Amino acid sequence: MEYFLQQLINGITLGSVYALIALGYTMVYGIIQLINFAHGEFFAAGGYVGVIFMSYLLSQGAPAWVCLSGSLILAMAYCAMLAVAVEKVAYKPLRNSSRLSVLLSALGMSIFLQNGLMLTQGVYDKAYPTELTQGGFEMGNVMLSYMQLFIVSLTAFLLVALNVLVFKTRIGKAMRSTAQDKVMSALVGINANRTISITFAIGAALAAAAGIMVGLYYGSVRYDMGFVPGIKAFAAAVLGGIGNITGAMIGGFIIGMVEIFAAGYISGEYKDVFAFVILIAVLYFRPSGIMGENVDDTRV
Amino acid sequence: MSEPILELRDIKAGYGSIKALKGINIKVYEGEIVSIIGANGAGKSTTLMTICNIVQATSGDIFYKGERINNIVSDKLPKMGLCQVPEGRRIFPRLTIEENLDMGAFFRNDKEIEDDKERVFGMFPILRERCKQAGGTLSGGEQQMLAIGRALMSRPKVLLLDEPSLGLAPLIVKQIFSIIKEINSLGTTIILVEQNAKVALSMANRGYVLETGNVVMEDEAKALLNNPDIQKAYLGE
Repeated sequence: MEYFLQQLINGITLGSVYALIALGYTMVYGIIQLINFAHGEFFAAGGYVGVIFMSYLLSQGAPAWVCLSGSLILAMAYCAMLAVAVEKVAYKPLRNSSRLSVLLSALGMSIFLQNGLMLTQGVYDKAYPTELTQGGFEMGNVMLSYMQLFIVSLTAFLLVALNVLVFKTRIGKAMRSTAQDKVMSALVGINANRTISITFAIGAALAAAAGIMVGLYYGSVRYDMGFVPGIKAFAAAVLGGIGNITGAMIGGFIIGMVEIFAAGYISGEYKDVFAFVILIAVLYFRPSGIMGENVDDTRV
Repeated sequence: MSEPILELRDIKAGYGSIKALKGINIKVYEGEIVSIIGANGAGKSTTLMTICNIVQATSGDIFYKGERINNIVSDKLPKMGLCQVPEGRRIFPRLTIEENLDMGAFFRNDKEIEDDKERVFGMFPILRERCKQAGGTLSGGEQQMLAIGRALMSRPKVLLLDEPSLGLAPLIVKQIFSIIKEINSLGTTIILVEQNAKVALSMANRGYVLETGNVVMEDEAKALLNNPDIQKAYLGE
């Protein structure tokens, strides 16, 4: 039982990360029908900006909460701008081309960004400051670290904020209507390019937050850290029903949970396999995903 | 006569190598209802899409209130008072009725948006009843009402209507057209594209007949209704 609870906590933590990344995939897909394969690189870039700025703040003697929130805000802002630039350079010129061209452009962008990170930051792991989030609550043999609490509560906050943004605000309405009908949106006065930029920015900011969480959680970041979590989060987005925001959240938590439980009860060595088994199963049995077509109205 | 509020001068437009408009001239004066009739593929919808710059004119000029608007991006036009209800209504299917109406007033931030919404609900009471329902759940006639209501939320000076009668039962068509007349009587200039030439011409001031991308005839609507050629070709008589 204790083992189960511990795995549950770990699963929710990992699921938070996947959910945050998956949202970027799903929102971008919802609005321009592109699987943004460079999305994982925003996650990695966020992790790096986070560690660089966090270490700097720490060396200046800033208190822990300043280090955490300062680096978080900076990483999110940086990745938002990076994503807007990527969209302008790599996707916007191909807006009217075939979907395959844009997809290839996304793959190219992914390789470009990953190598850029490698060239500027080196090939070795970069260690996160560990002293900020040490300790935790112990209940018997079950451990809930402050780090996990930080990750889960920050994720909860971001998910709620995103929901409010998408479903209650003007810009959210613009995003949803542009996703549904670009021509009609233009005819009511919505600037599609601007709306698409904002969507990329939001998705990348969430990925950046996830990058910092992973950096803190595993203690380090690496230039190629975006690839595997990126693909798993993509699986999560597909599982949830690509284009659907609630679906991406649910999908993220399911993938995280499955991975942890499979690693805990079946085999740790094969933990990466399970996300893809789910991806294949979903594509085979229910391509529209959990929240796909006609089930719910929370698509972008 | 005074200056037209909207004028197309020798407009050519198309899709890739297909020339949909081969140099058309249309004038619309303030307060008018102008009908554009013609068969499928004559270029009626393209004309409206070109006015709104969704399709770019390859040559010619479009003037709105004396200003050349060829190069003004589509999403700036609603604010200038130029609004279109496109073919197929294009309701946002996953937004609620109320959100759809709000989209019509997207560029506005004045305090009278709610009043305007009330006015639309007054015009189409069915929309009020269903205001929390997704747009995609409405019937064709209701969607047309919603599309018109959404356009009214932008307080258009010139309203472009593309086949509002398409696929609707005769009774609903009648209702929609009487609303269009009412909108016009309140001061909105209307361009009405229709295949249902009889109804369109009977409510319009003037009409244009399009054939394969050319204006082949323009006249007072009454004159067109009584023209034997038109009767034969478009009125089924």
